Amino acid sequence: MPVPSRAGVGLKADHVDAILDTRPDVGWFEVHAENYMGAGGPPHRWLTAICRVYPLSVHGVGLSIGSAGSLDKAHLARLRALVRRYEPGLVSEHLAWSSHAGIHYNDLLPLPYSAETLDRVADHVDLLQETLARPVLIENPATYVAFEASDMSELDFLRALVARTGCGLLLDVNNVLVSATNGAFSAEDYLDSFPLEAVGELHLAGHARERDGRGAEILIDAHDRAVPDTVWTLYERTLGRSGPLPTLIEWDNDLPDWTTLLAEAGAAERRLRAAHGLSGAAAPSGRQSHARAR
Amino acid sequence: MRGLADIQASFAAALADPERPAPPALRAGAETADSTRFDIYRNNIMVGLIEGLERNFPVVRRLVGDAFFRHAARTYARHNPPRSPVLLLYGRGFGDFLDQFEAARSVPYLGDVARLEWARLDAYHAADADPLAIDRLAAVAAPDLDGLRLTLHPSLHLLGSRFPVGSIWAATSGADPATAVDMARGEDVAVLRPGPTVELRILPAAGRTFIEGLAAGRSLGAAARAAAEAHADFDLSSHLSGLFGLGAVIALETGLPVDNQPQAEK
Repeated sequence: MPVPSRAGVGLKADHVDAILDTRPDVGWFEVHAENYMGAGGPPHRWLTAICRVYPLSVHGVGLSIGSAGSLDKAHLARLRALVRRYEPGLVSEHLAWSSHAGIHYNDLLPLPYSAETLDRVADHVDLLQETLARPVLIENPATYVAFEASDMSELDFLRALVARTGCGLLLDVNNVLVSATNGAFSAEDYLDSFPLEAVGELHLAGHARERDGRGAEILIDAHDRAVPDTVWTLYERTLGRSGPLPTLIEWDNDLPDWTTLLAEAGAAERRLRAAHGLSGAAAPSGRQSHARAR
Repeated sequence: MRGLADIQASFAAALADPERPAPPALRAGAETADSTRFDIYRNNIMVGLIEGLERNFPVVRRLVGDAFFRHAARTYARHNPPRSPVLLLYGRGFGDFLDQFEAARSVPYLGDVARLEWARLDAYHAADADPLAIDRLAAVAAPDLDGLRLTLHPSLHLLGSRFPVGSIWAATSGADPATAVDMARGEDVAVLRPGPTVELRILPAAGRTFIEGLAAGRSLGAAARAAAEAHADFDLSSHLSGLFGLGAVIALETGLPVDNQPQAEK
Protein backbone atom coordinates (compact mmCIF):
# COMPACT_ATOMS: atom_id res chain seq x y z
CA MET A 1 0.00 0.00 0.00
CA PRO A 2 1.38 3.47 -0.84
CA VAL A 3 1.85 5.78 2.14
CA PRO A 4 -0.68 8.64 1.89
CA SER A 5 -0.01 12.32 2.64
CA ARG A 6 -1.53 11.94 6.07
CA ALA A 7 -0.24 11.67 9.63
CA GLY A 8 1.41 8.37 10.59
CA VAL A 9 2.66 7.05 13.90
CA GLY A 10 5.74 5.04 14.92
CA LEU A 11 4.46 1.55 15.78
CA LYS A 12 5.31 0.32 19.30
CA ALA A 13 4.75 -3.16 20.75
CA ASP A 14 2.87 -1.63 23.71
CA HIS A 15 0.22 -0.17 21.37
CA VAL A 16 -0.32 -3.02 18.93
CA ASP A 17 -3.26 -4.60 20.80
CA ALA A 18 -5.04 -1.24 21.15
CA ILE A 19 -4.53 -0.54 17.45
CA LEU A 20 -5.71 -3.93 16.22
CA ASP A 21 -8.69 -3.87 18.61
CA THR A 22 -9.91 -0.36 17.76
CA ARG A 23 -8.68 0.14 14.14
CA PRO A 24 -8.09 3.88 14.63
CA ASP A 25 -8.21 6.19 11.61
CA VAL A 26 -4.44 6.64 11.29
CA GLY A 27 -2.94 7.19 7.84
CA TRP A 28 -0.02 4.77 8.17
CA PHE A 29 2.60 3.29 10.52
CA GLU A 30 6.38 3.36 10.54
CA VAL A 31 8.70 0.76 12.08
CA HIS A 32 12.42 0.69 12.71
CA ALA A 33 13.75 -1.97 10.35
CA GLU A 34 16.15 -3.43 12.93
CA ASN A 35 13.31 -4.27 15.33
CA TYR A 36 11.89 -6.72 12.78
CA MET A 37 15.06 -8.57 11.89
CA GLY A 38 14.45 -11.57 14.14
CA ALA A 39 13.78 -14.90 12.40
CA GLY A 40 10.21 -15.16 13.65
CA GLY A 41 8.05 -14.60 16.70
CA PRO A 42 5.34 -12.14 17.78
CA PRO A 43 6.85 -9.01 16.14
CA HIS A 44 6.40 -10.47 12.65
CA ARG A 45 2.95 -11.74 13.61
CA TRP A 46 1.70 -8.31 14.66
CA LEU A 47 3.41 -6.45 11.82
CA THR A 48 1.72 -8.79 9.34
CA ALA A 49 -1.63 -8.00 10.99
CA ILE A 50 -0.95 -4.25 10.91
CA CYS A 51 0.03 -4.41 7.21
CA ARG A 52 -3.31 -5.97 6.31
CA VAL A 53 -5.01 -2.76 7.47
CA TYR A 54 -2.50 0.10 7.21
CA PRO A 55 0.22 1.31 4.82
CA LEU A 56 3.74 0.81 6.18
CA SER A 57 6.98 2.77 6.12
CA VAL A 58 10.25 0.98 6.98
CA HIS A 59 12.82 3.27 8.61
CA GLY A 60 16.36 1.88 8.92
CA VAL A 61 18.50 3.11 11.80
CA GLY A 62 21.56 0.86 11.55
CA LEU A 63 22.93 0.62 8.00
CA SER A 64 25.63 3.25 8.61
CA ILE A 65 25.38 4.78 5.14
CA GLY A 66 28.03 7.35 6.08
CA SER A 67 30.72 4.80 6.96
CA ALA A 68 34.11 5.32 5.31
CA GLY A 69 34.25 1.53 5.07
CA SER A 70 31.98 -0.76 3.06
CA LEU A 71 28.32 -1.29 3.87
CA ASP A 72 27.58 -4.39 5.96
CA LYS A 73 26.48 -6.95 3.35
CA ALA A 74 24.69 -9.11 5.89
CA HIS A 75 22.70 -6.13 7.09
CA LEU A 76 21.83 -5.12 3.52
CA ALA A 77 20.55 -8.65 2.93
CA ARG A 78 18.40 -8.46 6.09
CA LEU A 79 16.96 -5.15 4.93
CA ARG A 80 16.21 -6.58 1.48
CA ALA A 81 14.45 -9.59 3.04
CA LEU A 82 12.35 -7.31 5.26
CA VAL A 83 11.36 -5.05 2.36
CA ARG A 84 10.45 -8.05 0.19
CA ARG A 85 8.39 -9.54 2.98
CA TYR A 86 6.32 -6.45 3.82
CA GLU A 87 6.52 -4.36 0.60
CA PRO A 88 6.36 -1.03 2.49
CA GLY A 89 5.17 2.14 0.75
CA LEU A 90 8.30 4.00 1.87
CA VAL A 91 11.84 2.98 2.86
CA SER A 92 14.22 5.41 4.53
CA GLU A 93 17.65 5.64 6.18
CA HIS A 94 19.84 8.36 7.70
CA LEU A 95 22.63 10.66 6.61
CA ALA A 96 24.85 9.35 9.41
CA TRP A 97 27.25 6.60 10.39
CA SER A 98 27.08 4.15 13.29
CA SER A 99 29.52 1.31 12.61
CA HIS A 100 33.30 1.31 12.60
CA ALA A 101 35.79 -1.58 12.57
CA GLY A 102 33.15 -4.16 13.41
CA ILE A 103 31.64 -2.27 16.37
CA HIS A 104 28.12 -0.85 16.23
CA TYR A 105 27.84 2.52 17.98
CA ASN A 106 24.12 2.56 18.64
CA ASP A 107 23.61 6.22 17.65
CA LEU A 108 23.36 8.31 14.47
CA LEU A 109 26.82 9.87 14.30
CA PRO A 110 27.62 13.07 12.38
CA LEU A 111 29.52 13.39 9.11
CA PRO A 112 31.89 16.01 7.73
CA TYR A 113 30.33 17.43 4.55
CA SER A 114 33.02 17.15 1.88
CA ALA A 115 33.48 15.83 -1.65
CA GLU A 116 35.01 12.65 -0.21
CA THR A 117 32.02 12.03 2.09
CA LEU A 118 29.62 12.75 -0.79
CA ASP A 119 31.36 10.14 -2.98
CA ARG A 120 31.14 7.58 -0.22
CA VAL A 121 27.52 8.26 0.76
CA ALA A 122 26.40 8.38 -2.89
CA ASP A 123 28.05 4.99 -3.56
CA HIS A 124 26.30 3.53 -0.53
CA VAL A 125 22.91 4.98 -1.45
CA ASP A 126 23.36 3.61 -4.99
CA LEU A 127 24.12 0.16 -3.58
CA LEU A 128 21.17 0.34 -1.20
CA GLN A 129 18.76 1.36 -3.97
CA GLU A 130 20.12 -1.36 -6.29
CA THR A 131 19.82 -3.97 -3.55
CA LEU A 132 16.24 -3.00 -2.73
CA ALA A 133 15.39 -2.29 -6.39
CA ARG A 134 13.62 0.89 -5.32
CA PRO A 135 14.44 4.46 -4.31
CA VAL A 136 14.92 5.34 -0.66
CA LEU A 137 14.53 8.52 1.37
CA ILE A 138 17.57 9.86 3.27
CA GLU A 139 16.97 11.80 6.50
CA ASN A 140 18.73 15.00 7.61
CA PRO A 141 20.49 14.40 10.96
CA ALA A 142 20.24 16.03 14.39
CA THR A 143 23.77 17.17 15.23
CA TYR A 144 25.64 18.42 18.28
CA VAL A 145 29.07 19.07 16.77
CA ALA A 146 30.59 20.18 13.44
CA PHE A 147 33.80 19.17 11.67
CA GLU A 148 36.78 21.19 10.50
CA ALA A 149 36.75 19.06 7.35
CA SER A 150 33.26 20.24 6.31
CA ASP A 151 33.59 22.49 3.27
CA MET A 152 30.02 22.38 2.03
CA SER A 153 26.68 23.04 3.72
CA GLU A 154 24.31 20.23 4.71
CA LEU A 155 21.79 21.55 2.17
CA ASP A 156 24.33 21.53 -0.68
CA PHE A 157 25.34 18.05 0.38
CA LEU A 158 21.74 16.78 0.33
CA ARG A 159 21.01 18.45 -3.03
CA ALA A 160 24.11 16.86 -4.56
CA LEU A 161 23.19 13.46 -3.09
CA VAL A 162 19.71 13.64 -4.64
CA ALA A 163 21.17 14.68 -8.01
CA ARG A 164 23.76 11.87 -7.98
CA THR A 165 21.63 8.97 -6.74
CA GLY A 166 18.00 9.86 -7.51
CA CYS A 167 17.15 9.22 -3.88
CA GLY A 168 14.42 11.18 -2.11
CA LEU A 169 14.72 12.97 1.22
CA LEU A 170 13.07 12.56 4.58
CA LEU A 171 12.88 15.98 6.21
CA ASP A 172 12.91 15.74 10.00
CA VAL A 173 11.63 19.11 11.16
CA ASN A 174 12.64 18.53 14.77
CA ASN A 175 16.18 17.64 13.64
CA VAL A 176 16.34 20.97 11.83
CA LEU A 177 15.49 22.87 15.02
CA VAL A 178 17.91 20.76 17.09
CA SER A 179 20.81 21.21 14.64
CA ALA A 180 20.05 24.91 14.10
CA THR A 181 19.99 25.65 17.84
CA ASN A 182 23.14 23.61 18.49
CA GLY A 183 24.97 25.00 15.45
CA ALA A 184 23.70 28.58 15.87
CA PHE A 185 22.06 28.92 12.46
CA SER A 186 18.51 29.84 11.45
CA ALA A 187 16.08 26.91 11.23
CA GLU A 188 13.74 29.07 9.14
CA ASP A 189 16.44 29.88 6.57
CA TYR A 190 17.43 26.22 6.40
CA LEU A 191 13.82 25.12 5.82
CA ASP A 192 13.20 27.87 3.28
CA SER A 193 16.16 26.57 1.22
CA PHE A 194 15.46 22.85 1.68
CA PRO A 195 14.95 21.01 -1.65
CA LEU A 196 11.31 20.16 -0.89
CA GLU A 197 10.74 18.78 -4.41
CA ALA A 198 12.79 15.73 -3.29
CA VAL A 199 10.99 15.22 0.03
CA GLY A 200 8.76 12.15 0.36
CA GLU A 201 8.17 12.20 4.11
CA LEU A 202 8.35 14.50 7.15
CA HIS A 203 9.20 13.63 10.76
CA LEU A 204 8.00 15.47 13.86
CA ALA A 205 9.19 14.85 17.42
CA GLY A 206 9.96 16.44 20.77
CA HIS A 207 13.38 17.32 22.14
CA ALA A 208 15.03 17.91 25.50
CA ARG A 209 16.55 21.28 26.47
CA GLU A 210 19.89 21.30 28.23
CA ARG A 211 22.93 23.51 28.73
CA ASP A 212 26.37 22.67 27.41
CA GLY A 213 29.56 23.12 29.45
CA ARG A 214 29.70 26.84 28.63
CA GLY A 215 26.10 27.46 29.61
CA ALA A 216 24.76 27.72 26.05
CA GLU A 217 21.34 26.19 25.38
CA ILE A 218 21.46 22.92 23.45
CA LEU A 219 18.64 20.72 22.23
CA ILE A 220 18.77 16.92 22.40
CA ASP A 221 16.83 14.86 19.85
CA ALA A 222 15.14 12.80 22.56
CA HIS A 223 11.83 11.60 20.99
CA ASP A 224 10.48 11.41 24.54
CA ARG A 225 7.64 13.92 24.62
CA ALA A 226 4.93 15.73 22.65
CA VAL A 227 5.81 17.84 19.61
CA PRO A 228 6.46 21.37 20.97
CA ASP A 229 4.93 24.56 19.54
CA THR A 230 8.28 25.59 18.04
CA VAL A 231 8.31 22.41 15.90
CA TRP A 232 4.62 22.79 14.94
CA THR A 233 5.36 26.32 13.72
CA LEU A 234 8.27 25.09 11.56
CA TYR A 235 6.05 22.26 10.28
CA GLU A 236 3.36 24.74 9.19
CA ARG A 237 6.05 26.81 7.49
CA THR A 238 7.25 23.72 5.61
CA LEU A 239 3.74 22.63 4.58
CA GLY A 240 3.10 26.13 3.29
CA ARG A 241 5.83 25.56 0.70
CA SER A 242 5.50 21.83 0.12
CA GLY A 243 1.83 21.02 0.35
CA PRO A 244 0.74 17.87 2.19
CA LEU A 245 3.32 15.13 2.77
CA PRO A 246 3.26 11.88 4.80
CA THR A 247 4.11 13.09 8.32
CA LEU A 248 5.30 10.86 11.15
CA ILE A 249 4.87 11.46 14.87
CA GLU A 250 8.05 10.00 16.40
CA TRP A 251 7.76 9.18 20.09
CA ASP A 252 10.21 6.42 21.03
CA ASN A 253 11.08 6.97 24.71
CA ASP A 254 8.90 7.54 27.81
CA LEU A 255 6.04 6.21 25.68
CA PRO A 256 2.59 7.66 26.29
CA ASP A 257 -0.61 5.64 26.00
CA TRP A 258 -2.09 5.07 22.55
CA THR A 259 -4.77 7.74 22.95
CA THR A 260 -2.14 10.44 23.51
CA LEU A 261 -0.23 9.40 20.40
CA LEU A 262 -3.43 9.32 18.38
CA ALA A 263 -4.15 12.90 19.50
CA GLU A 264 -0.66 13.97 18.32
CA ALA A 265 -1.39 12.43 14.93
CA GLY A 266 -4.69 14.32 14.91
CA ALA A 267 -2.85 17.60 15.52
CA ALA A 268 -0.65 16.89 12.47
CA GLU A 269 -3.70 15.91 10.38
CA ARG A 270 -5.39 19.26 11.08
CA ARG A 271 -2.33 21.08 9.73
CA LEU A 272 -2.16 18.75 6.71
CA ARG A 273 -5.79 19.53 5.86
CA ALA A 274 -5.09 23.24 6.12
CA ALA A 275 -2.12 22.79 3.77
CA HIS A 276 -4.35 21.01 1.23
CA GLY A 277 -6.38 24.19 1.05
CA LEU A 278 -3.27 26.31 0.60
CA SER A 279 -1.45 24.42 -2.11
CA GLY A 280 -4.12 22.58 -4.08
CA ALA A 281 -4.34 18.87 -4.81
CA ALA A 282 -1.72 18.58 -7.54
CA ALA A 283 1.36 19.14 -5.39
CA PRO A 284 1.45 15.92 -3.35
CA SER A 285 0.96 13.52 -6.26
CA GLY A 286 3.74 15.22 -8.20
CA ARG A 287 6.07 14.84 -5.26
CA GLN A 288 5.21 11.20 -4.67
CA SER A 289 6.02 10.33 -8.25
CA HIS A 290 9.43 11.92 -7.72
CA ALA A 291 10.02 9.68 -4.71
CA ARG A 292 9.18 6.63 -6.79
CA ALA A 293 11.18 7.52 -9.86
CA ARG A 294 14.82 6.56 -10.31
CA MET B 1 42.78 17.82 5.48
CA ARG B 2 41.90 14.69 7.44
CA GLY B 3 40.12 11.98 5.47
CA LEU B 4 36.78 10.42 6.38
CA ALA B 5 38.27 7.11 7.54
CA ASP B 6 40.71 8.94 9.78
CA ILE B 7 37.98 11.15 11.25
CA GLN B 8 35.73 8.17 11.98
CA ALA B 9 38.60 6.21 13.56
CA SER B 10 39.40 9.03 15.99
CA PHE B 11 35.69 9.68 16.67
CA ALA B 12 35.10 5.97 17.40
CA ALA B 13 38.17 5.73 19.64
CA ALA B 14 36.94 8.70 21.70
CA LEU B 15 33.44 7.19 21.94
CA ALA B 16 34.84 3.92 23.25
CA ASP B 17 36.98 5.50 25.97
CA PRO B 18 35.38 8.08 28.29
CA GLU B 19 38.84 9.13 29.51
CA ARG B 20 39.83 10.40 26.06
CA PRO B 21 39.28 14.00 24.98
CA ALA B 22 36.84 14.78 22.16
CA PRO B 23 38.34 13.95 18.73
CA PRO B 24 40.55 16.62 17.13
CA ALA B 25 38.50 16.71 13.91
CA LEU B 26 35.72 18.74 15.55
CA ARG B 27 35.42 22.36 14.57
CA ALA B 28 36.80 24.66 17.25
CA GLY B 29 34.22 27.38 16.54
CA ALA B 30 32.46 29.15 19.39
CA GLU B 31 29.23 27.13 19.12
CA THR B 32 30.54 23.63 19.16
CA ALA B 33 33.90 23.83 20.91
CA ASP B 34 32.63 22.58 24.22
CA SER B 35 33.56 18.97 24.97
CA THR B 36 30.16 18.37 26.55
CA ARG B 37 28.78 18.41 22.98
CA PHE B 38 30.75 15.31 22.13
CA ASP B 39 29.66 13.74 25.42
CA ILE B 40 26.06 13.77 24.13
CA TYR B 41 27.02 11.02 21.67
CA ARG B 42 28.81 9.06 24.39
CA ASN B 43 25.78 9.39 26.60
CA ASN B 44 23.25 8.50 23.88
CA ILE B 45 25.14 5.31 23.11
CA MET B 46 25.60 4.22 26.71
CA VAL B 47 22.02 5.03 27.75
CA GLY B 48 20.72 3.15 24.71
CA LEU B 49 22.74 0.04 25.55
CA ILE B 50 21.87 0.13 29.27
CA GLU B 51 18.17 0.49 28.43
CA GLY B 52 18.48 -2.39 25.98
CA LEU B 53 19.95 -4.59 28.71
CA GLU B 54 17.22 -3.47 31.14
CA ARG B 55 14.61 -4.57 28.60
CA ASN B 56 16.34 -7.87 27.92
CA PHE B 57 17.16 -8.83 31.55
CA PRO B 58 14.23 -7.64 33.71
CA VAL B 59 14.56 -10.46 36.26
CA VAL B 60 18.29 -9.91 36.83
CA ARG B 61 17.45 -6.24 37.29
CA ARG B 62 14.75 -7.04 39.84
CA LEU B 63 17.09 -9.37 41.74
CA VAL B 64 19.89 -6.80 42.15
CA GLY B 65 18.02 -3.46 42.04
CA ASP B 66 18.19 -0.59 39.53
CA ALA B 67 21.42 1.05 40.68
CA PHE B 68 23.47 -2.14 40.78
CA PHE B 69 22.01 -3.26 37.46
CA ARG B 70 22.98 0.00 35.78
CA HIS B 71 26.51 -0.31 37.15
CA ALA B 72 26.80 -3.89 35.85
CA ALA B 73 25.19 -3.00 32.49
CA ARG B 74 27.48 -0.01 31.99
CA THR B 75 30.56 -2.12 32.71
CA TYR B 76 29.34 -4.87 30.38
CA ALA B 77 28.47 -2.44 27.57
CA ARG B 78 31.84 -0.70 27.79
CA HIS B 79 33.72 -3.97 27.35
CA ASN B 80 31.21 -5.76 25.10
CA PRO B 81 29.85 -3.23 22.60
CA PRO B 82 27.40 -4.62 20.04
CA ARG B 83 28.88 -6.13 16.88
CA SER B 84 25.61 -5.90 14.95
CA PRO B 85 23.11 -3.12 14.30
CA VAL B 86 20.38 -5.60 15.25
CA LEU B 87 20.16 -5.16 19.02
CA LEU B 88 17.19 -7.47 19.64
CA LEU B 89 19.50 -10.10 21.15
CA TYR B 90 22.07 -7.77 22.73
CA GLY B 91 23.54 -9.25 25.92
CA ARG B 92 24.26 -12.80 24.86
CA GLY B 93 27.43 -12.75 27.00
CA PHE B 94 25.86 -10.91 29.96
CA GLY B 95 25.51 -14.11 32.03
CA ASP B 96 29.16 -15.08 31.54
CA PHE B 97 30.13 -11.50 32.39
CA LEU B 98 28.12 -11.62 35.63
CA ASP B 99 29.87 -14.89 36.60
CA GLN B 100 33.15 -12.96 36.63
CA PHE B 101 31.81 -9.63 37.93
CA GLU B 102 33.47 -9.06 41.29
CA ALA B 103 30.66 -6.89 42.65
CA ALA B 104 28.14 -9.71 42.02
CA ARG B 105 30.07 -12.37 43.97
CA SER B 106 27.43 -12.57 46.69
CA VAL B 107 24.76 -13.53 44.11
CA PRO B 108 26.35 -16.60 42.52
CA TYR B 109 23.20 -17.64 40.61
CA LEU B 110 22.93 -14.31 38.75
CA GLY B 111 24.82 -15.57 35.68
CA ASP B 112 22.48 -18.55 35.32
CA VAL B 113 19.40 -16.31 35.61
CA ALA B 114 20.87 -14.03 32.92
CA ARG B 115 21.53 -16.99 30.62
CA LEU B 116 17.93 -18.11 31.19
CA GLU B 117 16.61 -14.65 30.32
CA TRP B 118 18.72 -14.53 27.16
CA ALA B 119 17.43 -17.98 26.17
CA ARG B 120 13.88 -16.65 26.58
CA LEU B 121 14.74 -13.64 24.42
CA ASP B 122 16.29 -15.81 21.71
CA ALA B 123 13.28 -18.14 21.79
CA TYR B 124 10.96 -15.12 21.43
CA HIS B 125 12.66 -14.07 18.18
CA ALA B 126 13.47 -17.58 16.87
CA ALA B 127 11.94 -18.99 13.69
CA ASP B 128 8.32 -20.13 13.96
CA ALA B 129 7.46 -23.81 13.61
CA ASP B 130 4.35 -25.87 14.32
CA PRO B 131 4.76 -28.58 16.98
CA LEU B 132 3.73 -32.18 16.26
CA ALA B 133 1.16 -33.94 18.44
CA ILE B 134 2.32 -37.14 20.13
CA ASP B 135 -0.14 -39.27 18.16
CA ARG B 136 2.20 -38.87 15.18
CA LEU B 137 4.55 -41.15 17.10
CA ALA B 138 1.92 -43.91 17.13
CA ALA B 139 1.96 -43.91 13.33
CA VAL B 140 5.64 -44.91 13.28
CA ALA B 141 6.12 -48.66 12.72
CA ALA B 142 7.62 -50.39 15.79
CA PRO B 143 10.83 -51.51 14.02
CA ASP B 144 11.51 -47.88 12.99
CA LEU B 145 11.22 -46.42 16.51
CA ASP B 146 14.76 -47.11 17.67
CA GLY B 147 16.32 -45.35 14.68
CA LEU B 148 13.78 -42.48 14.63
CA ARG B 149 15.18 -38.93 14.49
CA LEU B 150 13.21 -36.13 16.17
CA THR B 151 13.63 -32.60 14.82
CA LEU B 152 13.31 -30.25 17.76
CA HIS B 153 11.77 -26.78 17.76
CA PRO B 154 14.16 -24.04 16.53
CA SER B 155 13.39 -21.96 19.63
CA LEU B 156 14.40 -24.71 22.08
CA HIS B 157 17.10 -23.93 24.67
CA LEU B 158 18.32 -26.24 27.45
CA LEU B 159 20.10 -24.95 30.54
CA GLY B 160 21.58 -26.77 33.50
CA SER B 161 22.19 -24.93 36.77
CA ARG B 162 23.50 -25.85 40.20
CA PHE B 163 20.91 -23.36 41.43
CA PRO B 164 17.09 -23.54 41.17
CA VAL B 165 17.24 -21.16 38.22
CA GLY B 166 13.76 -21.91 36.87
CA SER B 167 12.13 -21.41 40.26
CA ILE B 168 14.09 -18.20 40.90
CA TRP B 169 12.93 -16.88 37.53
CA ALA B 170 9.28 -17.84 38.14
CA ALA B 171 9.25 -16.37 41.66
CA THR B 172 10.94 -13.11 40.63
CA SER B 173 9.39 -12.42 37.22
CA GLY B 174 5.85 -12.43 38.53
CA ALA B 175 5.01 -15.51 36.43
CA ASP B 176 4.45 -17.52 39.62
CA PRO B 177 5.28 -15.48 42.74
CA ALA B 178 4.27 -18.36 45.05
CA THR B 179 6.99 -20.67 43.71
CA ALA B 180 9.01 -22.23 46.52
CA VAL B 181 12.73 -21.75 45.93
CA ASP B 182 14.95 -24.43 47.48
CA MET B 183 18.46 -23.06 47.09
CA ALA B 184 19.99 -26.48 47.86
CA ARG B 185 18.63 -27.97 44.60
CA GLY B 186 19.93 -27.35 41.12
CA GLU B 187 17.51 -27.30 38.18
CA ASP B 188 17.63 -28.17 34.50
CA VAL B 189 15.24 -26.13 32.40
CA ALA B 190 13.91 -26.09 28.86
CA VAL B 191 12.86 -22.83 27.22
CA LEU B 192 10.92 -22.69 23.98
CA ARG B 193 8.21 -20.83 22.09
CA PRO B 194 5.87 -23.35 20.44
CA GLY B 195 3.26 -20.62 19.77
CA PRO B 196 2.97 -16.93 20.59
CA THR B 197 4.39 -17.15 24.13
CA VAL B 198 7.72 -18.34 25.50
CA GLU B 199 7.39 -21.38 27.79
CA LEU B 200 9.71 -22.43 30.61
CA ARG B 201 9.73 -25.97 31.98
CA ILE B 202 11.77 -27.38 34.86
CA LEU B 203 12.93 -30.77 33.59
CA PRO B 204 12.78 -34.06 35.49
CA ALA B 205 16.02 -35.96 36.16
CA ALA B 206 17.73 -37.20 32.96
CA GLY B 207 15.46 -34.96 30.86
CA ARG B 208 18.30 -32.72 29.77
CA THR B 209 20.57 -35.66 28.86
CA PHE B 210 17.76 -37.16 26.79
CA ILE B 211 16.83 -33.96 24.95
CA GLU B 212 20.45 -32.96 24.39
CA GLY B 213 21.00 -36.34 22.77
CA LEU B 214 18.07 -35.76 20.43
CA ALA B 215 19.23 -32.21 19.70
CA ALA B 216 22.68 -33.57 18.82
CA GLY B 217 21.03 -35.73 16.15
CA ARG B 218 21.08 -39.08 17.99
CA SER B 219 18.34 -41.54 17.25
CA LEU B 220 15.51 -41.96 19.74
CA GLY B 221 16.97 -45.30 20.87
CA ALA B 222 20.49 -43.95 21.33
CA ALA B 223 19.31 -40.85 23.22
CA ALA B 224 17.12 -42.99 25.50
CA ARG B 225 19.97 -45.42 26.26
CA ALA B 226 22.30 -42.53 27.15
CA ALA B 227 19.65 -41.09 29.48
CA ALA B 228 19.05 -44.48 31.10
CA GLU B 229 22.77 -44.86 31.69
CA ALA B 230 22.81 -41.57 33.56
CA HIS B 231 19.60 -42.32 35.48
CA ALA B 232 18.58 -45.93 36.11
CA ASP B 233 14.89 -45.05 36.57
CA PHE B 234 14.64 -43.16 33.24
CA ASP B 235 11.14 -43.73 31.85
CA LEU B 236 11.08 -43.14 28.10
CA SER B 237 7.31 -42.91 27.67
CA SER B 238 6.86 -40.20 30.33
CA HIS B 239 9.76 -38.18 28.89
CA LEU B 240 8.33 -38.48 25.38
CA SER B 241 4.90 -37.34 26.48
CA GLY B 242 6.52 -34.43 28.33
CA LEU B 243 8.56 -33.47 25.28
CA PHE B 244 5.61 -33.59 22.87
CA GLY B 245 3.38 -31.92 25.49
CA LEU B 246 5.79 -29.02 25.58
CA GLY B 247 5.56 -28.66 21.79
CA ALA B 248 9.27 -29.35 21.37
CA VAL B 249 9.06 -31.78 18.41
CA ILE B 250 8.37 -30.45 14.92
CA ALA B 251 9.29 -33.37 12.62
CA LEU B 252 9.98 -37.12 12.65
CA GLU B 253 12.35 -38.84 10.29
CA THR B 254 12.59 -42.58 9.82
CA GLY B 255 14.89 -44.75 7.76
CA LEU B 256 18.22 -43.00 8.40
CA PRO B 257 21.09 -45.48 8.74
CA VAL B 258 21.91 -45.76 12.46
CA ASP B 259 25.67 -45.29 12.04
CA ASN B 260 25.27 -42.18 9.90
CA GLN B 261 24.16 -39.73 12.57
CA PRO B 262 23.82 -36.09 11.56
CA GLN B 263 25.88 -33.57 13.51
CA ALA B 264 24.41 -31.25 16.08
CA GLU B 265 23.25 -27.87 14.85
CA LYS B 266 23.58 -26.08 18.17
